[in-house]
Amino acid sequence: MRFALTDEQRAFARALDDLLGGAGVPGISRGWAAGEPGAGLKLWQRLAGMGVHALRVPESAGGLDAEPIDVVVAFERLGHHLVPGPYIESVVLAPALLSALGDTRGPSLEALAEGSEIVTVSAPPMTPFALDADIAHHALLLADGRLSRATAGDLRRSVDGSRRLFAVGAAEALGTPGAAAVASALDAAALACGAQLLGAGERLLAESVEYAKSRTQFGRAIGEYQALKHALADVRVALDFARPLLHGAALSLGERSPDAGRDVSAAKVAASDAAYLASRTALQVHGAIGYTEEYDLGLWITKVRALVGAWGTPSHHRARVLSALTDESPGEG
Amino acid sequence: MNLDFTGEETAFRQEARDWLRKNVPASPLPSMDTAEGFAAHRAWEARLAEGRWSVVSWPEEFGGRDASLTEWVIFEEEYYRSGAPTRVAQNGISLLAPIVFEHGTREQQERFLPAMADGTEIWAQAWSEPEAGSDLAAIRSTAVRDEARGGWVLNGQKTWSSRAPFAHRGFGLFRTDPEAQRHRGLTYFLFPLTADGITVRPVPQLDGDAGFAEIFFEDVFVPDADVLGAPGDGWRVAMSTAGNERGLSLRSPGRFCAAADRLLALWRERGQDAPQLRDRVVDAWIAAQAYRLYTWGTVTRLASGGEMGADGSVNKLFWSELDIALHETALDLIGPESELRGPGAVLDGAWMGGYLFSLAGPIYAGTNEIQRNIVAERLLGLPRGDNRRSGR
Repeated sequence: MRFALTDEQRAFARALDDLLGGAGVPGISRGWAAGEPGAGLKLWQRLAGMGVHALRVPESAGGLDAEPIDVVVAFERLGHHLVPGPYIESVVLAPALLSALGDTRGPSLEALAEGSEIVTVSAPPMTPFALDADIAHHALLLADGRLSRATAGDLRRSVDGSRRLFAVGAAEALGTPGAAAVASALDAAALACGAQLLGAGERLLAESVEYAKSRTQFGRAIGEYQALKHALADVRVALDFARPLLHGAALSLGERSPDAGRDVSAAKVAASDAAYLASRTALQVHGAIGYTEEYDLGLWITKVRALVGAWGTPSHHRARVLSALTDESPGEG
Repeated sequence: MNLDFTGEETAFRQEARDWLRKNVPASPLPSMDTAEGFAAHRAWEARLAEGRWSVVSWPEEFGGRDASLTEWVIFEEEYYRSGAPTRVAQNGISLLAPIVFEHGTREQQERFLPAMADGTEIWAQAWSEPEAGSDLAAIRSTAVRDEARGGWVLNGQKTWSSRAPFAHRGFGLFRTDPEAQRHRGLTYFLFPLTADGITVRPVPQLDGDAGFAEIFFEDVFVPDADVLGAPGDGWRVAMSTAGNERGLSLRSPGRFCAAADRLLALWRERGQDAPQLRDRVVDAWIAAQAYRLYTWGTVTRLASGGEMGADGSVNKLFWSELDIALHETALDLIGPESELRGPGAVLDGAWMGGYLFSLAGPIYAGTNEIQRNIVAERLLGLPRGDNRRSGR
């Protein structure tokens, strides 16, 4: 039993922090939202250079064949730094679905591993839209267990401006990956989303602590007041207890445990709740400045709100946990 | 990263499970905070000791198994899963024994530990005083040097002393140097509750049982042999027990996982009548699972030389609130009959009993408000300010 990240995984996280910390990601995210994806696409390539895109691609196709826990490590950093784009789709979902499909009509795994081609996926009813379908090289639709290419419809606005959503329609059929592969791929996507939420929650907490230390009212730092201390301490607790669920679910997924779906859903619920608490608390600690579009804090707050409902709502995942624990018929599937 | 156990650990789990299956009393014991229940719980401690399961993490020479932290958590998981009785020796084993091992003399270890391990002597804590609750360093009870007799004379009052109505011995802090700053000049004493000059006044708790007591000290003589650690060093010595209590040792994950499993069983029976409680049932299970995994992370960290530190406060905040939420959910599932206690109630009112016990969680071992201050100041780095005006 050793329930901790390895030195290598910690080093990977630090390397991603080094890259992203100096990249001006909030500005990149604003550009992405405004339909100017140039800087975001450069960042896509730099992250591919770090091996992010190759994590879940088999070695035979030039990938790293890494474990789900490595994906959790990477996506926590993406969430922490606010990286925009269809990463869950290209890095997690597409490699899983296309590997299971095992033919060559779809996007090539080699291109995914290199980051040279961008894939987006819609998987209704859980994920009714496809991110960034206008700039993706391949838009896919996963519906009723069947994978097909998709045509992009209209751009829809998200509360998180950097999430550019497109309705899609089915085009050329690519095949049927198999129920187990589809379930596992969607679990991996939900887990990556949970990791992003955790990273965003940690960032919101860190920003709030810094603000509470520097902002003074009534002649003292607002962080001296117990009302804020206690609210921020509760965020620390919520995040600290969401992380082990994400790590545990990654282990279950990696071992193809029969409990993987249950564990992923539990982790997504806890990560959503913790990140959401972090976002509410962050806004309250910052006050009006946090409510402005100009101040970057709102980029994380709106992203958390969007991701809470993405890749399975909390209600969907709670129903899944309960149906796994009892013998009830599943709620929303 | 893995959650795989060694063959030895798996065998240890199996041995514990088998022993518990054969030995756990078929029906629940009476409350340990009654004379009859106290005796029954002591007998259970003796039974555990016979099987060498009462203090698994202690050295073999004192009745333990030299179990690793991992094995201790495994044992606790099996213990609670088996439905075994509450540990009446808990305060001594969890709070005092680690200190006796670390700061006690060899003579003290030999005199106190074996009798603690088999339930011969049950220990009560004597921390709080009427004017010293959260602000423990404000204690006023004194110990004055008696050179002629080679010891100390204790005076004052302790309160909220868990197990004191029936226990044999107590441990606590007394002020030995009134001139020193408040955290200094304190000394850690061990004393028999039957000593001349000690009066124990039981205080019934919310559940009606005398779970704690006031202890009055009137010129109580304690020999030097019963001072734990160096005179004047009591605060430092005591703080290592506080870390134990709010950290890992008092609330093992097995306790909450077993309670979450019982809640699921209740949901299977009654959930169709209360579908609106679904999310709370799920959240209770998720929280117990989170606590289990978090604990494996803590065990990993401690096993590689890390320390508990202020993370113990994070831990305590989480388990104390999860415990209440879990029991509230069970009571809501039981419905209007949930207020019933004793025979005739659902499970003889066990959920209400557990609920009343859980209500104390956010208070003892340092209130949750104090824990949040610790998390905010020591983990998040927020400025201390003047929360504690006289606290410098």
